[in-house]
Amino acid sequence: MRFSIYRYDPDTDSSPYMKDYDLDIGSKDMMLLDALIMIKARDDTLSLRRSCREGVCGSDAMNINGKNGLACITPLSSLKEPVELRPLPGLPVIRDLIVDMEPFFRQYHSIRPYLVNNDPPPETERLQSPEERAVLDGLYECILCACCTTACPSFWWNPEKFVGPAGLLQAWRFIADSRDQATSQRLDDLEDPYRLFRCHSIMNCVDACPKGLNPTAAIGEIKRMMVRRTV
Amino acid sequence: MVKRNVVGAHYGITGWLMQRITAAIMALFSFIFLITVLSLPHMDFKAWKALFSHGWLKTGMALFFLSLFLHAWIGMRDILMDYVHPTGMRLALQVFVILSLAAGMIRAMTILWGR
Repeated sequence: MRFSIYRYDPDTDSSPYMKDYDLDIGSKDMMLLDALIMIKARDDTLSLRRSCREGVCGSDAMNINGKNGLACITPLSSLKEPVELRPLPGLPVIRDLIVDMEPFFRQYHSIRPYLVNNDPPPETERLQSPEERAVLDGLYECILCACCTTACPSFWWNPEKFVGPAGLLQAWRFIADSRDQATSQRLDDLEDPYRLFRCHSIMNCVDACPKGLNPTAAIGEIKRMMVRRTV
Repeated sequence: MVKRNVVGAHYGITGWLMQRITAAIMALFSFIFLITVLSLPHMDFKAWKALFSHGWLKTGMALFFLSLFLHAWIGMRDILMDYVHPTGMRLALQVFVILSLAAGMIRAMTILWGR
């Protein structure tokens, strides 16, 4: 099976290039990450991030045949040859398939991704009804792999100002949480032509998300809540 | 000077909502206008001119152009915010867009209510 992989080492290469690798794979009954580990065993200069190898840590997000995804949960059988692998678009490349996630996490931190609750902590825990808890389904599962945000042209053009789909999904996750008390401040912070309204609902994020989440719907909920408090 | 990213303008939802409302108004009026024109027995300059002697149609058309102006302004501002990053140039282009749209608006009103 043929792989064409983006290679760039800023210490030695003047510009990035694509390098081909041929692997003898008996059956395609394995994941792309397995193939990458086989390639790395042969050429240990190839750099990539990976950790849990089961789609939970979000380390091995990359651009696979033009679409962002996690190598560890992408079956080889689903890929057309040659398999073209590139780093996530829109973030600075550190080396090969490794990108600098700093701009992504800076936006994530900016939405205050934690519960804000000024009541004294109860003896045991802050309880939710099953219905209140159910609201968080489809929001809490985000693993922050950055597949969605780096598939978003609005984030490519304004990475310093636009929060991006992952950050906005998390913003809604905390607004929607019955235990959070900072709804007004969160909405104030997001009501900005750049932070929220660069989203034009093109839904690249939904298409890219390897966990099947829907950031566009979450952004819609934030806008709906803003309409409710404005109109 | 410290290079800071300045965000937090605290506006946006009104424009976003207006974009949707103006779109709905334009869609509705386009539909009504199309039906009205298609239901004319015959179509010539006289019939067209007679059509525009109706006050409701002129008012509807004026509202259509007002919606178009607002809709185009929000859309153009979005495009400029996406792609034009130097602030001065973005401001200049935004002023240009507003002036062009305002000129088009004045022209449309003159045509509708002029002699």
